[in-house]
Order: sequence, then C-alpha cells, then structure tokens
Amino acid sequence: MRICAPLLFKNRQPSRTVFLEGYRKTGGYQGLKKALRDMTPAAVRQEVKASALRGRGGAGFSTGLKWSFFPADEPGDKYLVCNGDEMEPGTFKDRQLLLADPHHLLEGILIACYALGIATAYIFLRDAYRDCAANLERAMAEARDAGLLGDNILGSGFNCEIHLHRSAGRYVCGEETALLNSLEGRRPNPRAKPPFPAVKGLFGKPTALNNIETLANVPHIITGGADWYRGLALTEQGAGTKLYGLAGHIETPGCVELPIGMPLGELIRDFGGGVWQQRSFKACLPGGASTPYLTAAHLDVALDYDPLEQLGTRLGTGGVVVFDDRTCMVAATLNLLRFFARESCGWCTPCRDGLPLVCWLLERIESGQGSHEHLAMLQEQLRHINGRSFCALALGAMGPVEGLLRHFTEEVVDHIRRGCCPLKN
Amino acid sequence: MAMLLSEKQIAQLKRRVTETPHPREMVLDVLHAIQEAKGWVSDEGIELAAAILGLTPLQVEEIATFYDKIYRRPVGRKVIHVCDSICCWSRGSEAIMLRLQQLLGIAPGETTADGMFTLLPTCCLGACGDAPAVRIGKNLYGRVTPEDLAGILEGERTEAGP
Repeated sequence: MRICAPLLFKNRQPSRTVFLEGYRKTGGYQGLKKALRDMTPAAVRQEVKASALRGRGGAGFSTGLKWSFFPADEPGDKYLVCNGDEMEPGTFKDRQLLLADPHHLLEGILIACYALGIATAYIFLRDAYRDCAANLERAMAEARDAGLLGDNILGSGFNCEIHLHRSAGRYVCGEETALLNSLEGRRPNPRAKPPFPAVKGLFGKPTALNNIETLANVPHIITGGADWYRGLALTEQGAGTKLYGLAGHIETPGCVELPIGMPLGELIRDFGGGVWQQRSFKACLPGGASTPYLTAAHLDVALDYDPLEQLGTRLGTGGVVVFDDRTCMVAATLNLLRFFARESCGWCTPCRDGLPLVCWLLERIESGQGSHEHLAMLQEQLRHINGRSFCALALGAMGPVEGLLRHFTEEVVDHIRRGCCPLKN
Repeated sequence: MAMLLSEKQIAQLKRRVTETPHPREMVLDVLHAIQEAKGWVSDEGIELAAAILGLTPLQVEEIATFYDKIYRRPVGRKVIHVCDSICCWSRGSEAIMLRLQQLLGIAPGETTADGMFTLLPTCCLGACGDAPAVRIGKNLYGRVTPEDLAGILEGERTEAGP
C-alpha cells in the first residue's frame, strides 16, 4: 500500500478539530509569514502558476492562469470568493478539511488575497455544513486575536477581512456566477459570461473565485516551493495531492489524501477496501455526479486531469462513487438525472425542460416500457442539451447519460428487448 | 408583524443592514433569523424581511422560494431530510424513506398530526462517506439502517421535549 505524507490532512484526527495552537505546531501560518515577509504579490502569483495547481472544485482550470487574468495591481475594490458550496453528490472533501483544520483554509485565503491585492474575502458555505461554519467562526476569531486577520497582518501593512456567508441550499449556487448573485442577495440564476468575474464579479467588482481545497493547497506551495509541489504527483504533468472521496458500493467509504495520479483500481482496493460484500466492480463516477462513468477496463487509469479527459471523463471533484455488478446503470443514471433536473434553476430551456425529458425517457426504459425510439431520443437529447445551456449545470447533468450510452448501450437495449430491468428480474 | 421577531431582534437586524455596504446581501441572514424564530417563513415573514432590508416583498419572495432550506409553508418542529442522491441511493436510502413513512404514517411533504416531524427528500448532504444519511432538525445521522429509525425518532422526540 502506498504511503503518502499528507499536506491538507496533516492535522486530521478522528472526531477532533485542530485550531490555532495545533495548526501552528505543525507549521501553520509559515506560508503566510514567508509570503508577507519575503515575497512580492507577483512572486506569490508566479510560484502558484509554476506549481501547476489546478482547481479542485470540479472544472480543473489552472489556478495560476486564473489568477493571471485578475487585475491584481489595479486600485479599487476587489474580492476573493471561496466557493464552499460543495453540493456535487459524491463530494464531501471540503467538509472533511474544515472539520479537521479550518485554519488551513484561512491561511490559503490570506495568501491568495495578498497575491491578488484583495482586502475583502467571502467564504460561501453550503447550508448543510453548520459544524464547519462554527469551526470557521472560531478560527476567524482566533486569527483576529493573533494578528493574522484584520488590519496590518503580522505587522506587514497588509489588511484583509474575511466574511462567512451561509447559503440555504441549492446546487446551482456552486456555479460561480450564480454564487455571486446568491452572495449579493439576488436570485441565484447564473450570469452571462463575459464579463468574467475577474473583470466584473461580486458587486460589479473584479472577483477571484476558488474552491476550498484549491486555496488550502496554496500555503504548501509557498512553503515548499513549486518544484517540490509538482513532484508530489505520480504523473509527469500532474501536481500536488488530492482529497479523494470513496463512496457508493465500497467496503470502507471515506475521504483520503493521496498524490494526484493515483491509479483508480489501487485507490479503490487499498484505501476503500475494495467493492463491498465481495462483489465485483462494474463502474464508477470518477469525480462526482457530473463525470461520465468509467468501467472495469479503466482501473489502471491515473486519477489526474489529462488522463481522465483522454478517456472522455473528468477528475471533477475527485469524489469516486463505485457501483457493484448488481447495479442497474439505467437506474443509477436516472437517480443522477433526477437530482440535476430538480436542482436546475429553470433559467434556460435546455436545462429546465430537457432534463425532465431525459428523466422521463430513462424512467420508461427502466420500467420496461422503453422502445428503440426512446433510445434514439436519448441520444438526440445529448446533442440538443450539450453546449446549448446557459451554464454548465446541464452539461454536467448529461455526463452520466453520455457515459451510459458510451459504455452500457447493451444494458439499455437489454431493458428494451426484455421489457423489464434485467438486473431486477 | 412584530410578533415574528422581538423589537430588539428587529432593531439589531436593521442596525446590521445600515452598517453593511451592500444591505441586500443580508437577505438570507434575515430570512434565517425569521425561520429560526418561527420554524418557517410566512407571508408576514416575507413582508417583515422586506421592511428590514428596504426591499419589496417580491424581491424577498424570489429569494425565499429559490432555496430549499427556506420553508415557505408550515413545517413540524423538526424537519427530516432524507438524502436521495447517488451515494445514499446506492446504499439503501429508498428503504430508509419507506420505513420513515411507515413509522410516521405520512408521505413525503407531509407533517405528523402532532406537529413534530415533517418528512422531506433532500439532495446530497455532503455525508457521502457515511451513506445513507438523514438530517433531523440540526442532527445528522450517518450509516442509518431501517432498523435504527424507530430509536432515532424516539431520541429526537425526547430532545424536543413536550
């Protein structure tokens, strides 16, 4: 079994949260200290760019590149928004991080704000994470008392305020422009892009948006350096570690920090205890509900952005959801699509009307009343919805449908031919 | 309207609204406060929030109806949220929902006659590693089996008191 010294989970202990004292004992706030004392904001941005860190919230965009579009050196109000909506089914990593060690995120936010010339940050946290909200509030109070938050941080002249915003539950709020509307107290329909948030975001001002896990990596990049950070990955092009989720039909579900590029099968076998009840592996979502399925043929794939894209799927949030050999993939896909249809904000027609139609088609097929015409309609909806919705929600929703039709067409046809679900009858 | 929140609470919220550079961003805080006090947000609650925030009731309503954890209809003293997303579904959430319906004698969306529980499905609670998961009031239960549920409900009733 592979051994990996954790970065983000280095202070993680069962049922216990580490606060300022414990965080400092293991090197906490050394990254902030180093950035403020020894580095210019531009040097911090350069280091993050050189680290090849990619966004951990799902899209996998280069953090350094995102920051390079940000008008860091221009005067005026600018904001950092930390996306802590984490509502992608199969994803529970940010919660684990905030339960283990909330200062990790605060330090990441402070370094990011310094690098980007920002004095005000918001943490947008999903409604369900009340325990995490309490941890963050306590950590912010500790940081303020210790001179790590507020005016003149560590005597450097750098000022930064962090506000915690608790949401009230809707998946679409994780979409960055919907999140901005939500923060502003407007109905969280997504906004048109361009303008991108880096130009015109929160309250019309330049805004940088990053996921919790992404920001928590930043202190380590600053203390260890970009070269060291890149070297942590198992793949040539990859960088750093990842908080992988293991859920679904797995013997020991949980969240574990391992290098980027972990082989999928090794992760499931060594860290998830394998498929539950001694059954065999049929498929998995590699990175949350919106990522197309992988099958037993793909167990050797390295869990990194590029290798998964080459297989027509995505690393997403790194939340692996496993399905055993008794799972009906039509039924699993129907469950996923019901989630997306329910969470659609209703703003655009392909998503609002298309996803319920896809659910209806899957229901027909699953209940044994499907025809080849329904299968053709399903393929047609894939073309109609992809690329035509206002935001990425519908595109993500069609990920599992795409995976179903790519890898399990035979199973779908079997439903139609037999007039029933072959796995239930 | 004043009965929804005390004069003191209203004054506190109004003061925070005047101190915030962008008052509208407080709309969820105000709705949370009203829901905390009464369990749900009535039409009067929407009007009170609008008055506190300096918005129209319609502007508040379009926010309140968007989020599924703001209740615009009366709910029981504790809302039971049964996660029905993929990880919980794969580990038996349908059986959990059925058992809760049997034990409470209500369908999803309904409230028990004694006003104690409202039963609702919910999307992912972020407890995928502890699936299947159920949230009752403020308590999160993981790795729930149908056999656990009678005991869990009993504990929740005891905690709620008479």
